[in-house]
Amino acid sequence: MEYLIQIGSAHLELPPLSESFSITVNGKPVPVFEGTSVAAAIIMANEPCRFSVLGEPRAPLCGMGICMECRAIVDGVAQIRTCQLACAPHMEVVTG
Amino acid sequence: MSDRFDVVVVGAGPGGMAAAAVAAEAGRQVCLIDDNAALGGQIWRGFRTETAQKYPHGNEFLRWEERLRKTNCPLWHGWRAIDCPGPGVLRLDGNREHHDLEFGRLILATGARERFLPFPGWTLPGVMGAGGLQAMVKAGLDPRGKTVVVAGSGPLLLAVAAGLAGVGTNVAGIYEQAPLSQLAGFGLALLGQPAKLFEGARYRLKTLGAPYRTGSWVVRAEGRGRVESVTVTDGAKQWNVACDWLGCGFHLIPNLELPLLLGCRVSGGSVVVDALQQTSLPGVACVGESTGIGGLEKAVLEGQIAGWAAAGREAEARALAPRLRKLQRFAARLERAFALRSELRMLAEPETLVCRCEDVSHAALQDSASWREAKLHTRCGMGACQGRICGTAAEFLFGWECSAIRPPVFPAMVSTLAAEAEAPDPAHT
Repeated sequence: MEYLIQIGSAHLELPPLSESFSITVNGKPVPVFEGTSVAAAIIMANEPCRFSVLGEPRAPLCGMGICMECRAIVDGVAQIRTCQLACAPHMEVVTG
Repeated sequence: MSDRFDVVVVGAGPGGMAAAAVAAEAGRQVCLIDDNAALGGQIWRGFRTETAQKYPHGNEFLRWEERLRKTNCPLWHGWRAIDCPGPGVLRLDGNREHHDLEFGRLILATGARERFLPFPGWTLPGVMGAGGLQAMVKAGLDPRGKTVVVAGSGPLLLAVAAGLAGVGTNVAGIYEQAPLSQLAGFGLALLGQPAKLFEGARYRLKTLGAPYRTGSWVVRAEGRGRVESVTVTDGAKQWNVACDWLGCGFHLIPNLELPLLLGCRVSGGSVVVDALQQTSLPGVACVGESTGIGGLEKAVLEGQIAGWAAAGREAEARALAPRLRKLQRFAARLERAFALRSELRMLAEPETLVCRCEDVSHAALQDSASWREAKLHTRCGMGACQGRICGTAAEFLFGWECSAIRPPVFPAMVSTLAAEAEAPDPAHT
């Protein structure tokens, strides 16, 4: 069973319940915590990040900045890899 | 804008942290860069100084974090190495600007990513990698009360499921494609290590309540607008499992884009290195998963060897080499244990997309003879991920060699590309 601790960490910590703030995803307020990624906020808003060439809704796949499925518009800047960006107060995210 | 360091380390996971710390402690000017916002790479993602000691190998993280901090080695977060515009120069993009770094020695610790394979429904929102799902939860996605299926292949599946179960997620099933016979051989080879077996048992206890089935795999994900259920098979019968999320990844593959761009020799899917972790390119070393998927201990040891070597301390580097052999054997066993079954090649239907960036279907790729032909005729692999997802899948599905690399190795800002065009002596022509 050595392989378990060699390749993966089972360490998961839930965020504290205090010190939350909100960002908006397509105008919807989403409560988040210090360190929550924008991609996680988009999933919790139940919105896709983008629509594909054929118009399919897409959401984060790899979670580590490789697949580019989590691209969205953050504070007016397009093509942001939202899995590698932390939420900040007053952030406005637009998907699609 | 340019800075010069004796040693530049790319990737701040365990291997990169160890390499940077050792080289800096030996007196070299070192710079450690990473595209993520924090130290630790993937395996130590989300580890915090205050709480890490509670977790398996958390103390190892804390030890290297402390050693790095004491050296005052600068840590450049949010930067991606995208090109090598001339000998001894690395071009970085990130933080809305670009930067050139000059190096005497370069240590690549680019790590690994999950392998994704196409099956009907794999593009639905809610279908993520297994490690991908864990990374998202570490980044604040609330998994409490959700029902998840974890599937694919590799030791990562159990770690991910154990972590999720431990924070109140309903893990409806863990499906490992490798047959038990293949895994048992692997496990038996490890019986000489009781302490670690105990650790493993602890992990497994945490997953109680979730069936871990070997020799089974997801054949399809279904749902309207997002995943609502998956169909699983053991090769004989099929059954349906309802879920909110599917975490599905087929073990790990090294991130070879940067080593390939630089011209490092690659063989059998990993970078070729000598006993001092040096690649075929003078002055360029490579450590960790990119020299073969072998896990934490191997990465940390290789990092130390490369760190000593970069500091000109060959004797110290060579003294560590014997320990590495055991870990390399472990890497070879891993590869055999989680080898992919051929049935996985049959999952994609004609209309199933293989390339998610350009929406290229399996049917559209059928007539191509090579990766190059597929790119030219269908735009497969020409999108934003630059073939990182579909190229990896196509290697398995069609047996193509999918490693043609050109700069920038990550999408970059136009201003960075303009600097690219001005570079006087491109190394990649």
